[in-house]
Amino acid sequence: MFANDPSKKISFTRCIRDGDLVIVYERHDTLKAVKVCEGSVLQNRFGVFKHSDWIGKPFGIKVFSNKGGFVYLLAPTPELWTLVLSHRTQILYIADISFVIMYLEIVPGCVVLESGTGSGSLTTSLARAVAPSGHVYTFDFHELRAASAREDFEKMGLSNLATVAVRDIQGKGFPDEYCGMADSVFLDLPQPWLAIPSAGKMLKQDGILCSFSPCVEQVQRSCETLKSNFTDIRTFEILLRTYEVQEGKLDNSQGEEGVPLGMRPCKRRQRSSEGSNVLENSTSTVVMARPCSEAKGHTGYLTFARLKCVS
Amino acid sequence: MSENIHQIQSDCIQNSRVTWEGCSVLLDINDGDRLVFARLSAGAKLKIGNKNCSLQPLIGCAFGSVFRVETGTGGEPYLSIFNPSVKGNNIQDIGDCQTADELRDNRVLIDDNKAQSLTGEDINEMRRQGATGDEIVEALIANSSTFEKKTLFSQEKYRIKKQKKYAPKVLLRRPFARSICEAYFKKYPSRIGFLRVDALSLLLSMANVSANSDVLLVDMLGGLLTGAVAERLGGVGSVCNTYLGSTPYPMDIVRIFNFNNEICKRYFSNQIPSYKVCSLWGMFENQGIVRSSLDDLSSTQNGSQEQIAEHKDSGNMKSSISDQISSPVSMEEISIAPENGISDFSHATISPVTKSCRSLKAGEKAQPEVIKLWKENGFTSLIIAAPDLNTWRLVKDLLPLLSNSAPFAIYHQHLQPLAICMHKLQIEKMAIGLQISEPWLREYQILPSRTHPCMQMSAFGGYILSGIKINSSN
Repeated sequence: MFANDPSKKISFTRCIRDGDLVIVYERHDTLKAVKVCEGSVLQNRFGVFKHSDWIGKPFGIKVFSNKGGFVYLLAPTPELWTLVLSHRTQILYIADISFVIMYLEIVPGCVVLESGTGSGSLTTSLARAVAPSGHVYTFDFHELRAASAREDFEKMGLSNLATVAVRDIQGKGFPDEYCGMADSVFLDLPQPWLAIPSAGKMLKQDGILCSFSPCVEQVQRSCETLKSNFTDIRTFEILLRTYEVQEGKLDNSQGEEGVPLGMRPCKRRQRSSEGSNVLENSTSTVVMARPCSEAKGHTGYLTFARLKCVS
Repeated sequence: MSENIHQIQSDCIQNSRVTWEGCSVLLDINDGDRLVFARLSAGAKLKIGNKNCSLQPLIGCAFGSVFRVETGTGGEPYLSIFNPSVKGNNIQDIGDCQTADELRDNRVLIDDNKAQSLTGEDINEMRRQGATGDEIVEALIANSSTFEKKTLFSQEKYRIKKQKKYAPKVLLRRPFARSICEAYFKKYPSRIGFLRVDALSLLLSMANVSANSDVLLVDMLGGLLTGAVAERLGGVGSVCNTYLGSTPYPMDIVRIFNFNNEICKRYFSNQIPSYKVCSLWGMFENQGIVRSSLDDLSSTQNGSQEQIAEHKDSGNMKSSISDQISSPVSMEEISIAPENGISDFSHATISPVTKSCRSLKAGEKAQPEVIKLWKENGFTSLIIAAPDLNTWRLVKDLLPLLSNSAPFAIYHQHLQPLAICMHKLQIEKMAIGLQISEPWLREYQILPSRTHPCMQMSAFGGYILSGIKINSSN
């Protein structure tokens, strides 16, 4: 899936092959992961797409159905995967994910422990960050969920970077074999404070822990527990505001009745044409941006802490 | 098998958890009051308060260690490692006694400067007798007539305030993209184009930067972006840093990162090639788009054209920045710097680096075969942070160099250039999945019964336009 396998790396010459995982892009909010299979077809509202038509074509290409409908075929990335994965649990999205990777100071070669695995949305990004020589060990107490995640990582070619195991981390802690091995630990558990002491044992000195919790009561309890062995305890909330862009037609005439609403944003435009006293009665076009009306109001609190350095 | 890899990896310099001579560090003095980037050497000195301390004791110490200024037998100050676990956890105590505290308040406190009976003379005398910072703080508390009447929270505040003055602490931190970006954003945001750490992390994710990537960059943020990308590559893959005009953009911040040094090279002579950083002139020329891009972008048109001719003649690719840190950054200059907290961040630590950068000729040249590979395969990611250039023109020129289905992310501190760029990309059908996003980051104070968002926050961290390049040939 990712750059850890150079043979799968995208390039001008890299074409879609039988067995590749592709992301079928219909619209910005309608995407699907498909494993290319010679004799197979993809059927959606745009018609029937033959996989055999895709093989040998470059990534990023527009392909057509029997009815003339089209989709784009993209190479998978963790960001796209987050949009297409099947939600077995509530998942983390790009804002939280990118912040976690940065704040946990994960770089190639790091060893990262994660629990729970959930739907594996964060895990794929963790794997990308530790590649090519590091490793992510992720744990979930739900057997089926772990199996599905393992299957997913296999499909994406991440098996050499991420290992899924079934284990109740809240109850049993992380396995002893990782003691003092982890550069970072990520917890997304209902009662993270139960796993924090074990996480502390796993971390290298000055290693960083992150706990994701949707409720502030959970954060409060985690922070209480963190105080004994951790320092630099900080809690954040990160949200993303998105903007929509459109070209608006603005009426430049002034002082007339029934001025359309679109009039408002064009004040600057009027000022700039002050020099000419010819009243422009034509309309002009301007590209304008406004925040999208809907957004996530809350995902969770991210609490970070560094293992105290005892020297 | 994996054990083996981890062993090797822990020896890698980028992820080293212990400092070494010549290593770049971030010194956090008094919980972020002062942030100093320094290079550790036997002769390096740092002025803390009115004391000049050698940084020698920091060499070979674990990152995350805390140091205190102590006074030696001869009266000379020195940095000594401080073990925080020795001291009880004050905050926890506060939490426990909190209910008993609710009856106390500040109704009888009068601010008349008479509460403290110790004079400056007394304190100096204590120092002469070899009292530690902590002992002075305790003495101040014992001699404060109002301390007992304060609430536990304001007692703690008082203690911290005195500690900062009489027992300053120095926290040794790793210079990672995170800490470097945060330090600049806090002290000199304009030097990094007001790019907040969460926006930086989004850029790296949205552009799918990882080991093995070939990243095309326009970095006008002093090298922060270049450093952050190189950090994510871990020495595998390439960064191509391009610029318009005749001079490369400053890349000073790259030197703060601990990339390739002697040890690392020894361990990874084959695995870690130096980051390839070069100018794109060659590619522009060969693709014949140099004029279209330059005529409009460069205000010094003539100069630029000559520059191109020159490059053509020599037939050489010019490296825009050198291979990493080979310059000794003397810490001597830190002690000369004015002692007012913030400014030393710039004068003492940044300026010497700048100097050495100028004196240094380009190191790693982009080899012709690498350029050939880039041209044949295309880049796998594109990140632009060029507040002074026309975004759309730049994207129009650079996007064709990107391999199909490759993601890109463009940073700007203003919305309009990105809106125009996004609109054009839509019309020209050059990309899909286009989105302009703005991260919003809020920090919280978490305390028993006193949890709330922090009173001060950064209201803006930048806009990002992201998308995926599509194959527009069909």
